[in-house]
Amino acid sequence: MKKIEINPMTRLEGHGKIAIFLDENGNVDDAFFQTVEFRGYEKFLQGMPIEEVPRTVSTVCGVCRAVHFLCSMKASDDVYGVAPPSTGRKLRELFYSAHTVEDHTAVLYALGFPDFVVGPDASPAERNLVGLIKAVGAETGKLVLQKRGLAVKIFELLGGKPNHPVAALPGGWSKRINEEERAQIEKWAEELVELGKLTLQVFDDVVLKNPKYMELVTGEMYRVEVGNMATVDEQNRFALYDGTQKAIDAQGNVVGTFRGKEYLDFISERVLPWSYLKFPYNKKLGGWDGIKSGPDTNIYCVGPLARMNVVDSMSTPLAQEHFEKFHDTFGAWPVHYIQAYHWARAIEVLAAAEKCLELSRDPEITGSDIWNQPSSCTGEGVGILEANRGTLVHHYITDDQGIVQNANLIVSTTHNNAPINLAVKTAARHFIQDGNVSEALLNHVEMAFRPYDLCLACATHTVTGGQQPVEVNIYKNSGELYKQMKNF
Amino acid sequence: MADKIKFGFLLAGGCAGCETALVDISERLVDALDHLEVVFWAPTVADVKYKDLEAMEDGYIDLAFVDGMVRNTENEHTVKVLRQKSKTLVAFGACASLGGIAALGDMHSKKELFDQAYKDTFSTDNPEGILPEPQCLWEGKYDLTLPAFTKRVSTIDQLVDVDYYVGGCPPHHDFIFQLIQAVVSGNLPPKGSWLTSGKAVCDVCKRNPAEHDQQRLPIGEVYRTVEGLPDEDKCLLQQGYICFGPVTQGDCQASCLNVNIPCRGCGGPIPGVRDYGARCVSMVASSLKDDQTAEKLIAKFNDMAKFCYRYSYSSGILNQKLTPGNKA
Repeated sequence: MKKIEINPMTRLEGHGKIAIFLDENGNVDDAFFQTVEFRGYEKFLQGMPIEEVPRTVSTVCGVCRAVHFLCSMKASDDVYGVAPPSTGRKLRELFYSAHTVEDHTAVLYALGFPDFVVGPDASPAERNLVGLIKAVGAETGKLVLQKRGLAVKIFELLGGKPNHPVAALPGGWSKRINEEERAQIEKWAEELVELGKLTLQVFDDVVLKNPKYMELVTGEMYRVEVGNMATVDEQNRFALYDGTQKAIDAQGNVVGTFRGKEYLDFISERVLPWSYLKFPYNKKLGGWDGIKSGPDTNIYCVGPLARMNVVDSMSTPLAQEHFEKFHDTFGAWPVHYIQAYHWARAIEVLAAAEKCLELSRDPEITGSDIWNQPSSCTGEGVGILEANRGTLVHHYITDDQGIVQNANLIVSTTHNNAPINLAVKTAARHFIQDGNVSEALLNHVEMAFRPYDLCLACATHTVTGGQQPVEVNIYKNSGELYKQMKNF
Repeated sequence: MADKIKFGFLLAGGCAGCETALVDISERLVDALDHLEVVFWAPTVADVKYKDLEAMEDGYIDLAFVDGMVRNTENEHTVKVLRQKSKTLVAFGACASLGGIAALGDMHSKKELFDQAYKDTFSTDNPEGILPEPQCLWEGKYDLTLPAFTKRVSTIDQLVDVDYYVGGCPPHHDFIFQLIQAVVSGNLPPKGSWLTSGKAVCDVCKRNPAEHDQQRLPIGEVYRTVEGLPDEDKCLLQQGYICFGPVTQGDCQASCLNVNIPCRGCGGPIPGVRDYGARCVSMVASSLKDDQTAEKLIAKFNDMAKFCYRYSYSSGILNQKLTPGNKA
């Protein structure tokens, strides 16, 4: 059997790679997305006081730099049996909304848009952030970076450090804001809303108005039919910081909802020997049945597209308009076209910016009551956060002093492990036929995993380019190298 | 305009927070690129793979940053190649300079780390006790391989010569911008130095008792942050909240202290400190009033190694065989 190996660039925890096997006719027999994501956090956090965990576990990822921090903080609330006061909670939510704007913006402009703005058939040397800036002009590039920078300023003001924040306290937040700071945040947030609008305008002009691109966005080669999981608020609306997890199957039927430790009734992670990343499945829909798509699968995905499928509506007015347009465009629900992830991400930039603005105008935000001090310890806590890349779970067991004894983390991209495998396989089958491995395969396979915004713990991409360097080696049955192609 | 500086940036075993911090200089990045020609930025900007790096002439890159620790053979290889191709190599951030958070994994055996992740975690479904394998013939026909890990996490300078060190997890973006300006103007200290203001966190902290004409007194209480909300204007250490500010580089604007949270040492040691964790222990111990207070400290922070070496375990001398030049 012929093996094609696609080696993306080495990343922080080793590297992800794709192995494609061809049958005797040169068609795809099977394909595997393999990754290395292993540093052992679940073990080495043991022995640490739980309140020290958020700033430590933040280093799982320097790109989605708020999510592990917040999720473990929510778990620490549980460990001590305390909920933050209203102001403390709102500060957390403001902080997280600002992070969502800067993270999604970086991902879109560095990874998502170059394929469309510069073009999927453009030279790989051009198809990145630098090429994007060239295409849209340095002034627009500067404008986007400057506005994104304001979200980072809010993040830093509230979180302390601009990356790997520190202001976490079980039961609240360590930093109050005064009126002067509030007014400053409000001004910044107004600009973030503009950034959200601009981003959706770019998507509209470049993708939605281009029939050729819409063929990719609504094409079978980028369709992965699996279930979805996301957070909803009590009105079944979009929610990032807190809510209830809702799971739907591939046909859109509600499988159930859960909070806290109930995650164990829904999520099971299978270990396979060829990847360092486990394979979650929804065990309410039966035991492990392999990596399969289709109406009856128990595989599910998370992240921006899953959120658009699971929620009934957005919680802010401008984002709601775009949410309606999104579903009008696709018609069929749930949406299984993975290029729609990019659009969903752009809508969320606006939604998070609107949330920032709303919270910055909330009279409670400058309150002095930011912390409910713990008085006892329950010894166990689960935090669930709707992270930018999807549902994130942190579960800790502690002793009666709040010292960590056991830990379990289910990272967003882990949920997407099987769907990414399916996406790569589908794209490979579409673009490789009768032994013809075209140059287009390279970028079109990239385009199959990029929507998921891989975060192989996490930072599998830097935010400064749009290109996963890929090398394809094709071997004959004899093991002899048949062809080598690179996109760099 | 003078020739642009040929610049490279390699992500070794880190989390890409250092790279994000560079992006966080925001619109100033566009101006910085007027002076820097990015010839290598794995994995993205320059779209260059390490094979292309290997093809460059030795010393082709004027200035290279490497962030992240060395944790697998691929990291080892790329770091060695980058060293060869670069005139000046900077260990950028806490992981590259000191080992970083992931080095805490070296306080456990590989078996402990793997069993926890793949067998013992609450949501893991692994009836056959499978572990990821470097080589596997899946379903009897698919030959699949995975890379392996190095025995220990190591710093960049345990592998190759390093010209400069930058602390921080990650370095603060304002400090990064100052660094770029220093590089562009050729204003760099002798090789082997830390690129730092040379000040401790306390020197830039507005809580410093000296700022308020107050004397530092021996500490009679020890608190975890969960045990009380400290006075926003007073030194945390003086209030009993253990803070590593006195021995940590302060190129961070004392950012953790600004939100009422103590320093944990990500900036790296102030100049002249050989073993950061040991220095932390001696600094804290010498600040305590009496034996009873020391007992409180030990009771409350009974993971002292993970506490004091949180960012610097690889660069410490515990469990390390010291060799000339400190190479692994």
